Amino acid sequence: MMRASPARIVLYVISVLVLVYLILPVLIIVPISFSSARFLTFPPPSFSLRWYEQYFSNPAWMQATRVTLTVAFLTVLIATPCGVAAAYAVSQSKLRIMRVIHMALLLPLVVPIIITAVGIFFVYARVGLVATLPGLVLANVMLGLPYVVISVLAGLQSFDPAQEMVARSLGMNRLRSFFAVTLPQIKSSVVAGAIFAFISAMDETIVALFISGGQYQPLTKRMFTALRDEIDPTIAAISTLMTAASFMLVLLASARQTRSG
Amino acid sequence: MTTSVSDPSQKHQRREHGLMLALVSPALLVILALIALPVGWLAWQSIYHDGFTLENYRRVFTEDIYWRSFALTFEISLAVTLIALLLGYPVAYLANSLPKGWSILILSLVVLPFWTSVLVRAYAWLALLQRTGVINQFLRYLDVISEPLPLVHNTFGTVVATVHILLPFMVLPLYAAMQKIPNDLMQAGASLGASPSVTFFRVFLPLSLPGVLAGCTMVFVLCLGFYITPELLGGGRTVMVSMLVSRNVELYNQFGAASAVAVVLLLSVLVIFFAVSRFISLDRVLGQK
Repeated sequence: MMRASPARIVLYVISVLVLVYLILPVLIIVPISFSSARFLTFPPPSFSLRWYEQYFSNPAWMQATRVTLTVAFLTVLIATPCGVAAAYAVSQSKLRIMRVIHMALLLPLVVPIIITAVGIFFVYARVGLVATLPGLVLANVMLGLPYVVISVLAGLQSFDPAQEMVARSLGMNRLRSFFAVTLPQIKSSVVAGAIFAFISAMDETIVALFISGGQYQPLTKRMFTALRDEIDPTIAAISTLMTAASFMLVLLASARQTRSG
Repeated sequence: MTTSVSDPSQKHQRREHGLMLALVSPALLVILALIALPVGWLAWQSIYHDGFTLENYRRVFTEDIYWRSFALTFEISLAVTLIALLLGYPVAYLANSLPKGWSILILSLVVLPFWTSVLVRAYAWLALLQRTGVINQFLRYLDVISEPLPLVHNTFGTVVATVHILLPFMVLPLYAAMQKIPNDLMQAGASLGASPSVTFFRVFLPLSLPGVLAGCTMVFVLCLGFYITPELLGGGRTVMVSMLVSRNVELYNQFGAASAVAVVLLLSVLVIFFAVSRFISLDRVLGQK
């Protein structure tokens, strides 16, 4: 009845324009990265892989890529078990203080990241963690924890703790019953949380700007510095690869979630 | 307090509490060491330098650069929030009114940019908006303009890119709120003779206000702390508060001043969250992340 009304048509037009505004910038970097032109020209004069070659043959970019991947993997390895344990405790415990602890675990999402970054820089400067790999990993663990906690808490909401009680009454100890009964049922939320922590570590820029340096600079810090100086299409090649990696990880996470849900 | 250890159920409960606290402690320790301690450090540093001093705060509240930067940051955040609401509301409304398959498609497109790095998107906007960028070339090709328009390295470019980054944070809470509005209410309005626009403004819009508040809060607060986008797209003229913090640290070694600015920014954010929490649950604001 309302379908053809003029208001409805305006609604469709506005929505399509907004969606184009959202998607276009994400897509535009792909043709730029495959262009042969030194400067941005659109449409690109001819197809070329020179910016990808430039990226893969540059030792500085490669070193930064290694740092990013190392940091992201270590972040996931640490943040996932810590986050799962914390989410389990928050959801199962009847302690009053758990509500406060739950809020505290979400603090990284509330405090503006620039404040966190400067604060960590001051603390790291005192304890000698500036420009080190452990310092970078630790900061990313903190930033990734909320994603694991939120995701696992959501998974635990549909889990019935009585099942674990049954396993324990049948003689399993607490740890075994968790791994045998609880974990398999929340596996997809755990994986999703881990993937989000990985993406968060891969994309993190602001904290890295302050605390990373020397040979332990991640990709994003080098990209930021490069972007401030001049627009080099190598950045488009790197951006395309990073975006492709993120999308594949998100698809992986959502595929797992729909399969289990 | 530790009197009746003999009671087995109490003993059991105490062990249970101990286990739960042990499980939560690694995560909590990381958060305390890397958020609570650094923020506490900033607060201390802002008032203590060879003795207590309020000099840093005096500067923040009286010196022109600081005032102008805070004012600019609030203006930009307000503009970004309003634009995001105007752009996001129709999209959320459409997604809410269409069948499930279409609404999933629309929402996927909305969150798609969310999974690309902020840096990548800053680069994309530079490519689109600069003097020799895609949009200027296109407009010149169409003969609409003869001189390239200054679309970036100013406040305009900053706002365009910031809205782009924050729009998903507006659309998702709006959609969630609209999903809760029962369809019968609109039909009831219509059956009582109200025109579609009257039912929209008298029934639908007021019921979607919690979503509006949640979305606006998130966008506004996130925008207050924005750093990468104004730094790369503002061309050095759009000095937002976050840039003031970073410049005081990196260029001028004014750690006390940087800390005071950071503390004022954090307090603004907390006051906003506190004020909003009186109207809607904070889970609603944060849950969408």
